[in-house]
Amino acid sequence: MVFQEKTIEKLENKANAIRKHIIEMISNAEGGHTGGALSIADIMAALYFYILRIDPKNPEWEDRDRVVLSKGHASPAWYAALAERGYFPKEELLTFDHINSRLQGHPDMNKTPGVDMSSGSLGQGISAALGMALAARYLKKTYRTFVILGDGETQEGQVWEAAMTAAHYKLDNLIVILDYNKLQLFGQTNTIMNIEPVIEKWQVFGWNTIEINGHRINEIIQALENAVKFEGKPTIIVAHTIKGKGVSFMENKVEWHALPPTKKQAKQALKELEYLYKKGF
Amino acid sequence: MNNNVIATRTAFGEALVEMAKERKDIVVLDADVATSTKTSIFREAFPERFFEMGIAEQNMMGVAAGMATTQKIIPFAVTFAVFATKRACDQVSISIAYPKLNVKIVGSYGGIPTGKAGATHQAFEDIAIMRAMPNMIVIVPADAVEMKQAVKACVEYNGPVYLRCIRCDTPIIFDKNYKFKWNKGVTLREGKDVTIVSTGIMTPEALIATNILIDQGVDVRLIHLHTIKPIDKDILLKASIETGYIVTVENHSIIGGLGGAVAEILSESEPVLIKRIGIKDIFGESGSLKGLFCKYGLTSKNIVKVVEELIKEKVRKYSYQR
Repeated sequence: MVFQEKTIEKLENKANAIRKHIIEMISNAEGGHTGGALSIADIMAALYFYILRIDPKNPEWEDRDRVVLSKGHASPAWYAALAERGYFPKEELLTFDHINSRLQGHPDMNKTPGVDMSSGSLGQGISAALGMALAARYLKKTYRTFVILGDGETQEGQVWEAAMTAAHYKLDNLIVILDYNKLQLFGQTNTIMNIEPVIEKWQVFGWNTIEINGHRINEIIQALENAVKFEGKPTIIVAHTIKGKGVSFMENKVEWHALPPTKKQAKQALKELEYLYKKGF
Repeated sequence: MNNNVIATRTAFGEALVEMAKERKDIVVLDADVATSTKTSIFREAFPERFFEMGIAEQNMMGVAAGMATTQKIIPFAVTFAVFATKRACDQVSISIAYPKLNVKIVGSYGGIPTGKAGATHQAFEDIAIMRAMPNMIVIVPADAVEMKQAVKACVEYNGPVYLRCIRCDTPIIFDKNYKFKWNKGVTLREGKDVTIVSTGIMTPEALIATNILIDQGVDVRLIHLHTIKPIDKDILLKASIETGYIVTVENHSIIGGLGGAVAEILSESEPVLIKRIGIKDIFGESGSLKGLFCKYGLTSKNIVKVVEELIKEKVRKYSYQR
């Protein structure tokens, strides 16, 4: 499939806008997981501005596609995508992590419009997404469920309980996107605990696998198109990504796992992201 | 009390089938223990509404949560109480209680009776764990009659509930006129000298003890608390003021369960001497049911003994005060 250049450009711009929001939110909150939020910005743009069947004016629409951010610590990327898509005002993004904010450090489905499941304790989101997919089949609904999984997160045993179960029930309405950014809190993912061979593991668990560069919009949307059409098995899109993608001094640096940028660093990052920053930020 | 005996796990399985005939939104998830938890009865009646999750309790809780987000399904996630509350504790807390999803968690094999499986399968801390979880309701029915009504109440309530079932046959103490009232304790006998507060299958045993004590001239009040959370504070405060002394009885650890809850409530407003009968901070063991209940003091005989000692203390205290 050949995608229109306009479509690709639009999504790239959205991903860039999401990245800028991430920097602003985390810097302003003086806390948050910068690296792992930046690595899923392109994936979020592709979900919210390409594949999802949703209605931001009616976040509870019962036939909507579901999204679960199993790696809940990347919440700023999700909030930014939701705000860009019109679920709530963009100005609200700067309340992230503040007391009484609807935008918690980790996603809270009862606080934030558009958040379909609370998450934060790793390994749990994929099971909830599987429940949503199983419910869709039971209720004869056609919605799809997308779940973003961290690479380090797959060290949790529950992920493999869910992997086994989704394949057992042949849930082809469940699509996992693995944010394979190769880093986790304390170091390189495969040094902390080797998760390779990733593709083969999911295949022997009974999954359809697709491997892509998670920063190339055309690859992401092609993979999503293929995944939603695939029948008889759940699909995992293994997206090779770069932690901290888009900001030179953050890329592939483990220390940016949970480090907020200072105001000066944020300025530099935003400049890199071609941000026309306002005076005084 | 009549002579009928039935296990509350069986009553639960039957009640679920009865409810599911009217309520199409009820589904069941079980982790390969359906014949033990009695959801096998449900599977027979509604195979398309029964979801086998295999021996993977953590995933099961998450799947139930995901189903409940649709607000069109009421999932009953059923397994042994030890696994529901300890192995899958974080999943129940974060995926169910925190988002306040409408999942009913059913812990079977509460307390001592496990069919001689021993410590690994005996849930002595489940009530304590679930009671500490925000948004969680904790219900511990006394008999089959109450269990059936509790299942109905669980379905009618929109939110997470922990319901405790027992493996062994236990006496039926309530008749067909009994009405389960959400969050309300049941005064089985009024009395002025001392109050016994019991829950679950210890209530039939407490009832026997009460009758023995009445024969001895002790005016015992007996309160059954089927709901441990939220707890009926009023009934406890009234008992504390009017009878002075409290004995709690539970098929559970004395830490954090019924005894813990009663002590917390009363020590803040109407402190009195409280004796807690239950499992005394130990892991369990295999053995005959009768033998284990005797060993841990969960018998009418021991309840009578504890109450008698308390009455002696009461008399001593009043003679000092004079």
